[in-house]
Amino acid sequence: MTTTLPAPALQDPMTAPMLEVSGLNFYYGESHILRDVSMTIPKGQMVCLIGRNGVGKTTMLKNIMGVLRPRRGEIRFEGQVVNSFPPDRRARLGIGYVPQGREVIPRLTVRENLLIGQEALGSRGKAQKEVPEEIYELFPVLKDMLDRMGGDLSGGQQQQLAIARAIMGQPKLLVLDEPTEGIQPSIILDIEAAVKKIIKTTGISVLLVEQHLHFVRQADYYYAMQRGGIVANGPTSELTNDIIQEFLAV
Amino acid sequence: MLEGLIGGLFNGISIGAVLLIVALGLAIVFGLMGVINLAHGELMMFGAYTTFVVQNVAKSIGGIAPDLYIFAALPLAFLVAASLGLLLERTVIRYLYGRPLETLLATWGVSLILIQFIRSVSLPMVIGLGIFAVLFLVGRWVLTRYTDWERIQSWANPVFLGLSAAIAVLAWILIGNAGSAKFSRAWFSTRNVDVTPPSWLRGGITLGNTLQFPSARLFIIVLTILCLVAVYWFLNGTAWGLRIRSVTQNRGMSACLGIPTGQVDAITFALGSGLAGIAGCAVTLLGSVGPNLGANYIVDAFMVVVVGGVGKLVGSIVAALVIGITTYLVGSGTMALLFPPTGFFQPAIDFFTFFATTSMAKVMVFALIIAFLQVRPAGLFPPKGRSVEL
Repeated sequence: MTTTLPAPALQDPMTAPMLEVSGLNFYYGESHILRDVSMTIPKGQMVCLIGRNGVGKTTMLKNIMGVLRPRRGEIRFEGQVVNSFPPDRRARLGIGYVPQGREVIPRLTVRENLLIGQEALGSRGKAQKEVPEEIYELFPVLKDMLDRMGGDLSGGQQQQLAIARAIMGQPKLLVLDEPTEGIQPSIILDIEAAVKKIIKTTGISVLLVEQHLHFVRQADYYYAMQRGGIVANGPTSELTNDIIQEFLAV
Repeated sequence: MLEGLIGGLFNGISIGAVLLIVALGLAIVFGLMGVINLAHGELMMFGAYTTFVVQNVAKSIGGIAPDLYIFAALPLAFLVAASLGLLLERTVIRYLYGRPLETLLATWGVSLILIQFIRSVSLPMVIGLGIFAVLFLVGRWVLTRYTDWERIQSWANPVFLGLSAAIAVLAWILIGNAGSAKFSRAWFSTRNVDVTPPSWLRGGITLGNTLQFPSARLFIIVLTILCLVAVYWFLNGTAWGLRIRSVTQNRGMSACLGIPTGQVDAITFALGSGLAGIAGCAVTLLGSVGPNLGANYIVDAFMVVVVGGVGKLVGSIVAALVIGITTYLVGSGTMALLFPPTGFFQPAIDFFTFFATTSMAKVMVFALIIAFLQVRPAGLFPPKGRSVEL
């Protein structure tokens, strides 16, 4: 890759961080899951968190979302410490969350699943009665399924619905937890293209947890995790095969 | 024959309508939220007593007020039961979500407290409760404002609770002893009270020679339909309804979407409780009102929700009607009349005649329900499709 490197997040004052995590420690009971994790997500950039299964990536995202509370450490969103905020308040501040396993609301129609995404607007915007056309441009498959139950969709469709639902809340930071897990290759490309388009058109930041290499390469910056700690980070262009071999390959 | 059929159907539907209006609130609280609220019957009882109070006020006003009090009593019963439900949710049930056994025990305890409250509520007691509320809430408010509340919370809460309770109980006893007997007399006492229906609900409509439709029963059927339509519209046509359905299906993800789940829980519970209040108001038309009113209905209400399929409003409607009609057909002895009176069918006739009383009909209906649930444990309308496994 020969593209110019994105400026390293911390040093550049022009790109004040969207999310800044410092010294995060999390325990499940007595077992230490996250050890002094620090991470910065600049505005308008895509950051990818990689690592093998069970190193604490999902736990990290749940801490950012507020589903889990860290024992020590600080989470700042746009400079504001959000440690004590419950998940719904963080969502209304502008963190859009697409969890592992999608978690589409099963007995709501696709339309209702999309409209409920607007709850995250809070006081930042006004909820609309209809789903805007941009959503269908990103995920055309949803348009034909508006009146189907969310739980009756296939895995790939549910994944697209979950991302679309998060976008409905016009987030400033989109948190994606393994969006390609267990999904057929052609739809993976669709999802990748949609996420790239979202970043391009809206300028939001993205935090991506991913195993799929092609998708990882789309990010501006990467963090590699091992045994609950960050062990390597840098621009994705410097993400060599050796690093991948060390932190991602089984 | 046709008149008999219509009459039977009407009576069955009217029993079903009472069952349904009683079960509707529970279909929301138990069916949608999954909270086993044994105090649901007592919320009904509060609705019934609200109706009693409104009726007494209307009587003292005179004029046309005693004929129209029911229209003031319905919304008031809803409000009283809904606020009580809100209080119950905020103080007890909120801490017990996802723990059905604890909820069951706690709400049973609450139901006993509420029954005793109605028995012994008097002016000194209300004053005592008022003093407690003012001391506790104002005290806490002052402390949260002027001190480092986070730090002292752990010991300040129980200390304040104990202090306010002690002062309030002392005030209750002192006031009770100081005033005259009339002043400190219990308002409702343990005896049943009677609510007189408005005059236009006392008669009935007669069709043909034998068909008789009591107005009170017709009123309850109409009220039930109105409540159903209102609940359906609220759940499926409003933003809060959408939030409620989302939170009841996936609480964690709903929170991550920005829905204030605590607020939604409170509103859902208050709605279910308010419907119990309306049911309480409705059943005053059928009989006298006593502190044990709730116990007579709570089992039926749970039965309707379980038979219908937990989480399905349609299921509750069908279940209530089926149970109502079966109860009537068995209880009135109509089943026995279906068989030709010959020797061969005599055992069947004897069998159904044996069950042809109100209480024995209930035994039979319960036996049928138990048998039915063996075949279909998830009720009449179990959730279907891929989403069941999610």
